[in-house]
Amino acid sequence: MSLPALELERVRKIFRRKSRSLGKRTPAQNGKKETIALESLDLTVARREIFGVLGPNGSGKSTLIRLVSTLLLPDSGTIRVFGHDIEKEEFAVKRLINRVSVDAAFFKKFSPLENLAYAARLYGMPMSEARGKMREILLRLGLKEETFTEPMERMSRGMQQKVAVARGFLTSPSLLLLDEPTTGLDPYSKRDVQAFVREVRESHDATVVLTTHDMDEAERLCDRIAILDRGKVIALDTADGLKTLVPKTNGHDPTLEDVFIALTGGRMEDKELEVAE
Amino acid sequence: MSRLVNESRGAYAFIERNVHLIKRYWGWELVWFFYSLVNSLAVTYIGAGMERISGQPMDTQYLIMYLLVGTLIWSYLSMIFYSISEMIAWERWEGTIEYTFMAPVSRPTQLVGTTLFAIGYGVFRTLLTLLIVAAFFHLDLSQANLGGAVLLLFAGSVSFVGLGIMAAVLPLLYPERGAQMTNAAAALLLLVSGVYYPIATLPGWLQWIARGSPATYVIDQMRACLLHRAPTGSLLSTVFPLIGAGVGVIVVGLFVFQHVERYAKRTGRLKRSG
Repeated sequence: MSLPALELERVRKIFRRKSRSLGKRTPAQNGKKETIALESLDLTVARREIFGVLGPNGSGKSTLIRLVSTLLLPDSGTIRVFGHDIEKEEFAVKRLINRVSVDAAFFKKFSPLENLAYAARLYGMPMSEARGKMREILLRLGLKEETFTEPMERMSRGMQQKVAVARGFLTSPSLLLLDEPTTGLDPYSKRDVQAFVREVRESHDATVVLTTHDMDEAERLCDRIAILDRGKVIALDTADGLKTLVPKTNGHDPTLEDVFIALTGGRMEDKELEVAE
Repeated sequence: MSRLVNESRGAYAFIERNVHLIKRYWGWELVWFFYSLVNSLAVTYIGAGMERISGQPMDTQYLIMYLLVGTLIWSYLSMIFYSISEMIAWERWEGTIEYTFMAPVSRPTQLVGTTLFAIGYGVFRTLLTLLIVAAFFHLDLSQANLGGAVLLLFAGSVSFVGLGIMAAVLPLLYPERGAQMTNAAAALLLLVSGVYYPIATLPGWLQWIARGSPATYVIDQMRACLLHRAPTGSLLSTVFPLIGAGVGVIVVGLFVFQHVERYAKRTGRLKRSG
């Protein structure tokens, strides 16, 4: 039996921030504010799985992705990527992963090709191999050849996000972490990216962890879906399996959105409570 | 072997990236170069005008060279310092810090790439400044030991790399104020290192701080080398301790950086772009 792509065991992450209030502070306001981002999280993602993570804002999705990306360290618990511990074997983990985030950042004055070349060199790719691959992926994602050498700052948000996706796929990661990758894309571009995710799983034996607020996307792409709320997994199953957790409304089968709202309680206050993750 | 190849590709990524940044921000570069050139000229003109200011006969040529060596070497060393200390600040400004820190590139590799770029660009800018300044003043290099000067420049570079790494920790720890704090550190070095005056001019407690600045020794010996043709052999008693101390500070700097990076990951400080 092959190693799981990703294993989290009792992972806990708390953010502590100094309380800052304008004007006079009471003694209580001078203390540190604690936000539990992840609470004793256990999760296993199998190799070649497309694993979805849904959750309200502030539920810990981005913290989860950033922990696996080695950008955060857990307070307790262990995280392994293909058997490598992210703290003890950080370098081995970094070679296996890549990440596309919703707020992907680039050198804004560089062109897509320059940004991708920088990424390729960081990941030790020979440029002879990278040059062809960069063009191939950008074209596959629907970018026009004449935009390849334009500064990124002149591009639309959607086009920039496509370059971010290209950058994530360029290094052929074994575990790809997609943190709301299609936010801000038009429906055509969304479809392009989603088709490409499936294609990469088939052709490169890649495992994908995808966080999204787009229920259709989760249902269309993911083999299994975890719903995260207040740092805990409150449900984990296939999309069809999740739908059995909620009763029919007015004789209609529940949608994934119904399940999400029913399980997370539709609390608007959580949406305001964006954790500084 | 493959690790070495990957690391050299990683180091080259930072050189190429910095070259691109210079090209893309050429307007800013031009402004800063002009500012630094005018600064060098203004300081050197103080030497040219000293006889008139004091009303006493003076060796004006010597004063010009004294100030010019100080201003040029400081310009070079501060360039090394800023290039390295800003390696994190740049990532914060561009918002790319998470991408770079997630990549399989070690911090020493990032440092090697950044340092090679800083030395190359620093030498280019300093030589260009020297060429332009030479059009304004008669520069007498008849007493110069140029080989010794190159050796001192190398030793000075090594010593400033370590200081740069120490300062690079600040933007990692303090996303909002870190970059300004490195400016304060550079300003203190400028005050105490004898760039424009002998450190004996300073009060005792500042002279004590001056002894901890590598620039003090580099600039002092550079003057001996360029104005008094100090033989290369006599420079070695400065060069070896400078390189030794520089390597020591680099090792300590990397150790500190590694721990601060872990602290930043523990507390989620990589995300905040400030």
